[in-house]
Amino acid sequence: MAMTLHVDIVSAEAEIFSGTATMVFAPAEMGEVGVAPRHAPLVTRLNPGEVRVQTQEGDELSFFVSGGLLEVQPHVLTVLADTAIRADDLDEAQAQEAKARAEKMLSDKSADIDYAKAQAELAQSIAQLAAIKKLRERM
Amino acid sequence: MAGAKEIRTKIASIKNTQKITKAMEMVAASKMRKAQDRMLATRPYAQKIQNVVSHLSHAHPEYHHPYLAHREAKRVGLVVISTDRGLCGGLNINLFKSVITSMKEWDAAGLAIDLTLIGTKGNAFFKRFGGNITASAGNLGDAPSIVELIGTVKVMLDAYEQGNIDRLYLAHNVFENTMSQHPVIKQLIPVTGEVDEQLQTHWDYIYEPDSKPVMDALMIRYIESLVYQGVVENIACEQAARMVAMKSATDNAGNLIDELQLIYNKARQAAITQEISEIVSGAAAV
Repeated sequence: MAMTLHVDIVSAEAEIFSGTATMVFAPAEMGEVGVAPRHAPLVTRLNPGEVRVQTQEGDELSFFVSGGLLEVQPHVLTVLADTAIRADDLDEAQAQEAKARAEKMLSDKSADIDYAKAQAELAQSIAQLAAIKKLRERM
Repeated sequence: MAGAKEIRTKIASIKNTQKITKAMEMVAASKMRKAQDRMLATRPYAQKIQNVVSHLSHAHPEYHHPYLAHREAKRVGLVVISTDRGLCGGLNINLFKSVITSMKEWDAAGLAIDLTLIGTKGNAFFKRFGGNITASAGNLGDAPSIVELIGTVKVMLDAYEQGNIDRLYLAHNVFENTMSQHPVIKQLIPVTGEVDEQLQTHWDYIYEPDSKPVMDALMIRYIESLVYQGVVENIACEQAARMVAMKSATDNAGNLIDELQLIYNKARQAAITQEISEIVSGAAAV
């Protein structure tokens, strides 16, 4: 029996592939790597590109990843695929947006506060009406 | 006859409400199934990345990542995941209660708190409650993508790296089953991995290009995946809680209708009796 390694390709949102393979090719940051069983432990980042998996039956499956990480153990290979295109400046822009949202939310006095205030006023008026009603009954 | 018509209108209006709550219950039930599937779909990634992180803590890289280092806490960060919509029973309130309890404890220990809020209910609550809100996200929908969370999480990670916060926690609801969800607050940073004692041999990975960028990328994804998992799980909780809340609302409406129906019947009967006795006494008088 030919030597195999177990391959898991997963993204944060779903499992993409899980099975055995005789050889895997992945677009590592420093250039494409081919991983055969009993490879030395390796961790590397991936560039966007194609991960190719050669199965025991001799088929070649290919998966597109938009980046991520590759972890290799002698008989286990894990691809942690990104679903989003990642770049430092893109991430930074997202972070700025999240901050802006918080500031906008805090400065936006209209929506919820008004509702809470209206509710408080309503409760007060109801109490007043009840008091007036009681007074009238007594008279 | 005392308000037979009013009672009839009231019954009709409660019936309408019941139809709405019944529909909401069924929608929530079907959404819950999808949310549960989505929750299960995130498990493999979380498990794998957890494995890699725990392997890494056994390997002996020359670069020690700051997320693994414990430092004395002066300021803590808290990511609170709430729902976008209401009508889901006490789900959000229970979460906020436990968050406030923890916040009071930290406050008593002299720790300042930075908040990051995910979900519009949390935004509305903490806006009124107060607190230092550094970032927020909302309206993620039923199938959130991790892209929408990257920025929100990065604000906290940056704060940690710059030393503005010394610990990061995540608060969300845990889905146990359809009937029970409970809030948890867990520590994200410093990373508390389970230490597997069997793997104490000295070995290390080959890092390409270098251990630092690889570790950075890995750790950021690890934290993001934990937050994403929390969000997805919270959505499953939301749908389950809404389903239960709407079911009890429908049942209550049914009880109310039965009671009103009884009152209506009595009123109707009383009116008929009165009418007959009037006719009889009128005939006798003639």
